[in-house]
Amino acid sequence: MENANSCPSLKPNEYKSGTKPVWCPGCGDYSVLLSITKAMSELNLEPENVALVSGIGCSSRLPAYLNVYGFHAVHGRALPVATGLKVSRPDLTVLAAGGDGDGFSIGGNHFMHACRRNVDMTYIVMDNQVYGMTKGQASPTTDPDWDKSKLTPGGTKINPYYPLVIALASGANFIARASSTDPNGAAKVLVDAIRHPGFSFVHMLSPCVTFRPEQKEWKKMVRPAPVEPTTDAAVAAKRLMTDDNFFLGTLYKGNRPAYQPELKSTVEHLSELEQGFIL
Amino acid sequence: MNDSASNPLAPPQSKGAPRSLSIAMLGSGGSGVMTAGQQLLDAAGQAGWYGMMTRSSGPQIRGGEAAALLRLSPQPVETHKGRFDILLAIDWLNADRFVGEITLDSNSVVIGDVGGKVPEAISAMGGRYMELPLSELAKGISGGRPNMVALGALAQLIGLPLEALEKGLTKSLAKKGEAAIEASMAGVRAGIEQASAIPDIPPFRIDANSQRERWSITGNEAAGLGAIRGGVRFVAAYPITPGTEVLEWLAPNLKKVGGVLVQAEDELASINQLIGGSFGGTPSLTATSGPGLALMIESIGLAVASETPVVIVDVMRGGPSTGIPTKSEQSDLNIALYGLHGDAPHIVVAPMSIGDCLFTTQWATHLAETLQTAAIVLSDQSLGQTRALIDRPADIAFVSGGRKITRQAEDFRRYVVNESGVSPMSIPGTPGCQYTADGLEHSPTGTPSSRAEDHIQQLNKRKRKLDRFDYGSHWAKVEGEGDIAVLTWGSSTGPVSEAIDMLAAEGRKVRLVSMRLLLPAQPERLAAALAGVTRTLVVEQCHGAQFYHYLRAHYDLPGELRSMAVPGPLMIRPDDVYSELKAWEHL
Repeated sequence: MENANSCPSLKPNEYKSGTKPVWCPGCGDYSVLLSITKAMSELNLEPENVALVSGIGCSSRLPAYLNVYGFHAVHGRALPVATGLKVSRPDLTVLAAGGDGDGFSIGGNHFMHACRRNVDMTYIVMDNQVYGMTKGQASPTTDPDWDKSKLTPGGTKINPYYPLVIALASGANFIARASSTDPNGAAKVLVDAIRHPGFSFVHMLSPCVTFRPEQKEWKKMVRPAPVEPTTDAAVAAKRLMTDDNFFLGTLYKGNRPAYQPELKSTVEHLSELEQGFIL
Repeated sequence: MNDSASNPLAPPQSKGAPRSLSIAMLGSGGSGVMTAGQQLLDAAGQAGWYGMMTRSSGPQIRGGEAAALLRLSPQPVETHKGRFDILLAIDWLNADRFVGEITLDSNSVVIGDVGGKVPEAISAMGGRYMELPLSELAKGISGGRPNMVALGALAQLIGLPLEALEKGLTKSLAKKGEAAIEASMAGVRAGIEQASAIPDIPPFRIDANSQRERWSITGNEAAGLGAIRGGVRFVAAYPITPGTEVLEWLAPNLKKVGGVLVQAEDELASINQLIGGSFGGTPSLTATSGPGLALMIESIGLAVASETPVVIVDVMRGGPSTGIPTKSEQSDLNIALYGLHGDAPHIVVAPMSIGDCLFTTQWATHLAETLQTAAIVLSDQSLGQTRALIDRPADIAFVSGGRKITRQAEDFRRYVVNESGVSPMSIPGTPGCQYTADGLEHSPTGTPSSRAEDHIQQLNKRKRKLDRFDYGSHWAKVEGEGDIAVLTWGSSTGPVSEAIDMLAAEGRKVRLVSMRLLLPAQPERLAAALAGVTRTLVVEQCHGAQFYHYLRAHYDLPGELRSMAVPGPLMIRPDDVYSELKAWEHL
């Protein structure tokens, strides 16, 4: 949303808390952190009017590294926490962030319903196709033949989940892909996502250099989508279902109104609620 | 048969306890027993009586057998008696399912439609049987229904004035229009006429005419009002029997006060939405039942660790698993007290009557907000889904002890370790006080920490804030004196209290201690309440004696201890507690 939470511009660095991240050297999440601060600076957001909610996992450690209000919740529940916050405090700019396991596996039901509910917030999923914090297990976006986890010898043999397709089918109002290998491009997508009303989903490719070192090749594979964002869900469906997972940019922009109940009292005194009980 | 002369343990008839009338109305689903029961209660209210009505039915949505169980009295009543004065059946299909809930004796009156066949299990209990042409009279009225004829007949039998019925019906049928009101009233008049022709009516009439402001309210509605009075403006919830009516009352009423209810996708979402709402500074609450509470448990721990206030109203039902969704039990005590992983001090409170659902929920909200923790309210189906006529509950305003800050503060540390254990909580939007709330153990600033020193400091702080708080006299209801005590909680308080009144009428003093505050435990207060007691009976509606074991774990109890732990779905009745005490007393 064009928002009221703007201030004389802070530099991207001024959105950082100074706490040193726990991430491995070379982790894509450092770059995502940078992109988020660039986007906040671009939007002139006041840090006290922004809240970033996360779940559990490597990427979910993000809130502590920013100088905004943060909530590091339990595994899989970033979206409901963010939903409760935004619905009751529509004045805030609310972001949710986490990884592919957090968002698509344990939190999968919330992802679907957050898309459907269309509360005005931006959800950034840093996808590295692996559970990093528990030392390298397959996630819902892992390819079926990835066989490096002791938990799934020989690979999962299960097709991966396509988050952008699910987001569209579930009703997300904004769908984009960005990559940590292109921090400026990612920052631009985030600005776009935060400005767009309703539920914005940003699929953020963010390589895990420790458990998926082959993902270092992603920087050679990503490229801007050769098309403009569409507002037509049918066009978007075809685009998202045929895409090779490496097209970057805003792919779909819907025009559904955001879910936001009006929070306005219509009674003078609470005793008016009691009228129905009086004999 | 109930003959107190031949059985020394049998409870006395209407001695001590409120003089009251118990009426059961039975019928198959769709026969309108619930409507008729509700209107009988409304009319009793209009006539200045007190009373209560419990809906009893199976888990089916429609069809099956339904019963409206009423107790009417000139004084407030908080429990049913096992014995019923009048049983009226609109039909007898599957009526024997209620045999366990309804006791009749030779003084009872059983009324059925002409040509109906009373089930053996019911006629075997005794009582005088009479027939009324319910359906035949209804057929003669345009839009007439047998349940309205039955309503008129009952009103006549118990001496409820026609004006009271008319007032009640006009109010409840206002939306259905004049024709509906007239058809119902015609049925009622036919029933009155029919019943007034019955010779030799037993003396069921009671006179009552309270002039006080009285309310007709269920425990679930009362919990909803308590939440709003406590300041709750955000509710997220998932429907579940028997807690849904808390939400159904809250949804439109929150809207009126500038709040909102969000129907969440599941209970994991609802508890976490509360945490988000509360983090934003809005007092937040949900209502659920056992299975929902079980799903929420992990995140209740998050509320405790991140010191984010939330209130969970658990309207308990029979368990484990899906259990008996439509029937009451006090068997979620263990999960509420001990279900959280890690050392997670929190609040557990329980309302002890339908009206008290209001106060206890309001108090729980106040405690959660003041102490920045999770509060679980253990209501149950029998409180939540029973409608009672009660005196208007007092307006109580708690002075907020919360430390929410909305202006920039010097040296702000969200989890600062201090004497009270309650740290300042900045609300998003407050400049210079940004912090990250965390379920990871943290330092005073909120930075994640696995250092032993931070862990012990924060554990101590989270425990200290609950231990040091003064809960005042609200922690329990303590009444009476004597060397015998009954220790109970929640919905078991009603029958215990009435059993004690029955004994008092015989000149026997028994102390009542019903605990509203279950966590944190109050050992010094309970010791004082039980001073001089040599025998204590612990009463609860739970097969596993969870309350008894909780008491053994947290308190030093004087003298002999005995447990009366009865599972649902049948409610504990005053007579049961009376007999248990008499048997122990050897009186």
